Amino acid sequence: MSDKKKTDVPPLSWESGLQVKPVYTAEDVEQSGGFEGVGLPGEYPYTRGIHPMMYRQRPWTMRQYSGFGTAAETHERFLWLIKNGQTGLNVAFDLPTQCGLDSDDEMAAAEVGRVGMAVDTLADMEDAFAGIDLNKITVSLTINGSAVAIMAMYFALARKRGFELKDLRGNSQNDILKEFIGRGTWIFPVEPSIRLVTDTIEFCAKNVPRYSPVSVCGYHIRESGANPAQEMAYGLSIASAYVDQALKRGLEIDPVAAGITFNYDIHGNLWEQVSKFRAGRRLWAKILKEKYGASDPRGLRLRMIAGGGGGGLTIQQPENNIVRGAYYALASALSGTQTMALCSYDEAYTIPSEHAAKLSLRTMQILMHEIGLCDTVDPLAGSWFIETMTNRMERRIVEIMDELENQGGIIKAVAEGRVQAAVNAQAYELEKKLHTGEFKKVGVNIFEEEEEEREVEFHPYREEEARKQVDRLKRIRKERNDLAVKDTLERVRQAAKAGENVMPSIMDAVEAYASVGEVCGVLKEVFGTYQEPVRF
Amino acid sequence: MSKPLRVLIAKPGLDGHDVGAKLVCRALMDAGMEVVYTGLRQSPEAIASAALQEGADVVGLSILSGAHIPLCRKVAEALKTKKIDDVVWVVGGNIPRQDHPALAELGVDGVFPTGASFESLIAFIREKVQS
Repeated sequence: MSDKKKTDVPPLSWESGLQVKPVYTAEDVEQSGGFEGVGLPGEYPYTRGIHPMMYRQRPWTMRQYSGFGTAAETHERFLWLIKNGQTGLNVAFDLPTQCGLDSDDEMAAAEVGRVGMAVDTLADMEDAFAGIDLNKITVSLTINGSAVAIMAMYFALARKRGFELKDLRGNSQNDILKEFIGRGTWIFPVEPSIRLVTDTIEFCAKNVPRYSPVSVCGYHIRESGANPAQEMAYGLSIASAYVDQALKRGLEIDPVAAGITFNYDIHGNLWEQVSKFRAGRRLWAKILKEKYGASDPRGLRLRMIAGGGGGGLTIQQPENNIVRGAYYALASALSGTQTMALCSYDEAYTIPSEHAAKLSLRTMQILMHEIGLCDTVDPLAGSWFIETMTNRMERRIVEIMDELENQGGIIKAVAEGRVQAAVNAQAYELEKKLHTGEFKKVGVNIFEEEEEEREVEFHPYREEEARKQVDRLKRIRKERNDLAVKDTLERVRQAAKAGENVMPSIMDAVEAYASVGEVCGVLKEVFGTYQEPVRF
Repeated sequence: MSKPLRVLIAKPGLDGHDVGAKLVCRALMDAGMEVVYTGLRQSPEAIASAALQEGADVVGLSILSGAHIPLCRKVAEALKTKKIDDVVWVVGGNIPRQDHPALAELGVDGVFPTGASFESLIAFIREKVQS
């Protein structure tokens, strides 16, 4: 009788497809691969975390995504965030900047400064970071398609302010493959886009060795519909693809690996997230060591930002998102992240208000200072359940990566639109499960409420700020040395054509106040623009 | 059996969030409609041309950047220039309630913000096209 009851539990599986048993024992761990891969924090294969003392020594960095309007407006928000205890900056750029267009471009109309800070020239970057110590506050640039121009501006700014490039830390997102899969701010076709990413990796390995030129984003792939195992698998496949490209240039594996960081998503099942990160950390270290022969711990360690993702938030009963955010932050801390960010509760419909942004920051601070998340390293280690699922998750991730590799690799799969189609199909399946209630979401398909129409505080879009930005660009175009701009842009063109690294010439161009649109314009003339394969 | 409805789904502006647009495409296809998706970064003129070429009964725009009013204003002008006045025009995405009247004034027939169900969209399209 009691035996029957035990087996009477309906089956349960995670989004990644892993079946979950009601009870785990040491036997499950043994059957799934044992405890061998667990090890110690700070030691290969880093399952338990990349530092020996983790948060006891280095609490996570809090880095809320922010930026809107002009550089001057964004600068004020940066100062406010720093004043409130934020320890890094995560810069949001507007869509024209992300798409390599100047603020006076016809396609930029109505988009200047709307979803992020508008940047046309180095002058905007100078304003945005005025007075901020770039050695103390590490800056993360959320820029992809136009990354070569924006990174060059950031390095030029640092140099101008007297910071040594060889000591400069921080990172750029600069993961173009995931832009083709999800986020959509691509500019050039796949092949030259990857070549540009490789240019930045090479440039940084040689000139800005402590800077991370690429932050590979499983995040946006997950937000587009991938499950957590796919998110990790696609992310590691993308990172491997960039490594392969860099090695083809004759670079050494260790400095290349040290320049790659990761950006992953957190929403959904807590245990699944923790297993995903512990498995991913271990697998990346193994791949680097066994496949690429890397040995420098700086590269072997999977360093990441793990952020509470917007995909888990709901437009219904928006205050529930505050609670969700707190659980996501908990998952992030239990996963051993280096940097944390949380979508704010109002982010489903607007740029976060100061109130909402502060609540997110306070959520992370409460976790750090009150709840005991920094007390000990990897507190879930040794749990029969977590170790079993970490083992099984690792195997699942390997299967997905192998399948992709057998079909010609991730670059080919992205160029043909196959990854996009697979992720999209899965998003649709999830949507149907939400509809039938098979996948439960509070306020959406259970505990729904008739909601009154509520007044929401919207971040205002100010046309006059956009006009100011356009006027400023026009003024800079008049005041700068035209000859220097023309000459340096011509050198960018020649480098692009000749297959030389474009970063040195782009640095010279942006120092002469060439604009994002001009730099990307020249590259578009050489490379052409991406044609989206629309596949279902 | 009547001819299937033809729907053009388009992403105007620079916004790259296309999960919703692609979901809507699939849902409408599952509902028996013929769907053409333009892909990202379409100019208002390109959208109007596509609507004409495809013989669309319905034009659906997906906008999540917050630029829906200025973008719809331009699309309205482009539709007018091409003398397209018999399509059902729906807009989806991140569209706050307070902006719905402004969109209606521009000629948008229905707004289906984040969280709206496929059924409500499908029912709306069928009813509107018939009338």
